[in-house]
Amino acid sequence: MNAPLQGHTASNLNTTAFDTVLEVDRVSLEYRTPQRVVRATHEVSFEVDRSDRFVLLGPSGCGKSTLLKAVAGFIEPVAGSIRLDGQTVREPGPDRIVVFQEFDQLPPWKTVKQNVMFPLLASRTLGRREAEARALHYLEKVGLAAFADAYPHTLSGGMKARVAIARALAMQPKILLMDEPFAALDALTRRKMQEELLELWDEVRFTLLFVTHSIEEALVVGNRILLLSPHPGRVRAEVGAHAFDLHSLGGADFQQAALRIHQLLFEGRTEDAGAELAFQDVRLAY
Amino acid sequence: MNVLPARRPEYENLLETLTDLPLERELSLGQRLWQRGWLRKSLILLVLALVWELAARYQGNDLLLPSFLQTARAFVEGIGSGELLEKVAISLSVLVKGYLIGIGLAFLLTTLAVSTQLGRDLLSTLTSMFNPLPAIALLPLALLWFGLGENSLIFVLVHSVLWALALNTYAGFLGVSDTLRMAGRNYGLKGLRFVLFILIPAALPSILAGLKIGWAFAWRTLIAAELVFGASSGKGGLGWYIFQNRNELYTDKVFAGLAAVILIGLLVENLVFASVERVTVKRWGMQR
Repeated sequence: MNAPLQGHTASNLNTTAFDTVLEVDRVSLEYRTPQRVVRATHEVSFEVDRSDRFVLLGPSGCGKSTLLKAVAGFIEPVAGSIRLDGQTVREPGPDRIVVFQEFDQLPPWKTVKQNVMFPLLASRTLGRREAEARALHYLEKVGLAAFADAYPHTLSGGMKARVAIARALAMQPKILLMDEPFAALDALTRRKMQEELLELWDEVRFTLLFVTHSIEEALVVGNRILLLSPHPGRVRAEVGAHAFDLHSLGGADFQQAALRIHQLLFEGRTEDAGAELAFQDVRLAY
Repeated sequence: MNVLPARRPEYENLLETLTDLPLERELSLGQRLWQRGWLRKSLILLVLALVWELAARYQGNDLLLPSFLQTARAFVEGIGSGELLEKVAISLSVLVKGYLIGIGLAFLLTTLAVSTQLGRDLLSTLTSMFNPLPAIALLPLALLWFGLGENSLIFVLVHSVLWALALNTYAGFLGVSDTLRMAGRNYGLKGLRFVLFILIPAALPSILAGLKIGWAFAWRTLIAAELVFGASSGKGGLGWYIFQNRNELYTDKVFAGLAAVILIGLLVENLVFASVERVTVKRWGMQR
């Protein structure tokens, strides 16, 4: 399982067997600071199938957020290609809705309902009346129907995250992109949001690309996890996580999987200490 | 050395519902009244008027400083005869024309500035050149170009509104968070629609501040300009009214004219701008 997976060609052999939505093919990304150009990811490849909950996991500096922004179309790859349903991604579009970590992703001048309707109207997907009906439907799903006419600044962090999720789901995008959506929430609210996200997935079966730096969150939320190494981001491994949900927290299998991921991500740096690394030494990044 | 701290016993409380404790209390009448902004501001105005009245009585020279009551009488007479209202109407119509054209140009410039590098350079160069230039200094030029009439006034008004508003709006646009920008682009908003649906509402606090500053600048410029030449085609505005009455030594009417300027300023600030703020930026939690 420690075999190098650079290029990740193994799964390209039988693509026809899978219902692939998103293909990321040897994508290299760079970002510019005033002094230098920094390579964020180097030849990263992966494929996301329909109804996958695909998690990008890695320490800070592995380019996972940059990768998500590239899929969203905000950043253009310097090499490689990103294809959504076979079409190359060139610019941001309403077929890939992003849920950001920051709370200010909701325009403060729109009520909760108007916020959910906003992308539907802005992208001219639906007329006003249909958009309103659909907004109310998804607000119901995230349990915020009673707050439809409230302004975002009156909501708690968890409620804002729910509105952002309802807004994304209402667009019924080909793929839902989440950039550490729960990282700014407190631990209890985060647990609740993970639970609700999984319930929603059970109901709607959307395709999800989820970025996190928490091993535990990756195991709970995802069914497949892509591990990225830092500086620059390269694919270290892909791990299956369909066996785990919130109820497996703390179980032996779960801890084993978390430990394995931890070793895959960090063994290069803690080579000598790696052998006696016990689970209690592993800090589950929250 | 190695003394452990004494361990305190654990305990649990059974919480019964509170019945005898009132959970809310009303504020006293005085406190509630004091929270009313208009009441506090009226009190300030009342005190100022009182100070004025006392100072005028103490000084005892109507020609130099008419008292508050005399001014109020001149004001009411001016309103009654329709003369003052007519002057106000003339001034306001010119003012609104210049103000609106200024706003339009400011939005054009800032939209250009957020969409292209060249527009950005153009805006920053023009504002740093023209913003320090007093509008009234352009009046002689304007008279030369547009003749003795409304157009010259409108020209200097536009100049006084444009740069202040453009500067504020642009600063507001720059302050819009990346997340909000990305969210907007994510939904396929581009160009003018992006400016209208994302940038303008997000930058509204700065834009409103710019509009307020622009309004004050415009008033100042207009009254000053009218004092300089005023009677365009026989119709002068408030500035002309003030100037004429000073020439005829009707000091109480001069004060009534000044009071009209002040009153309009107070009305616009407290009714128009305050209402706009209440239904927008305050309601949205963008401003306290």
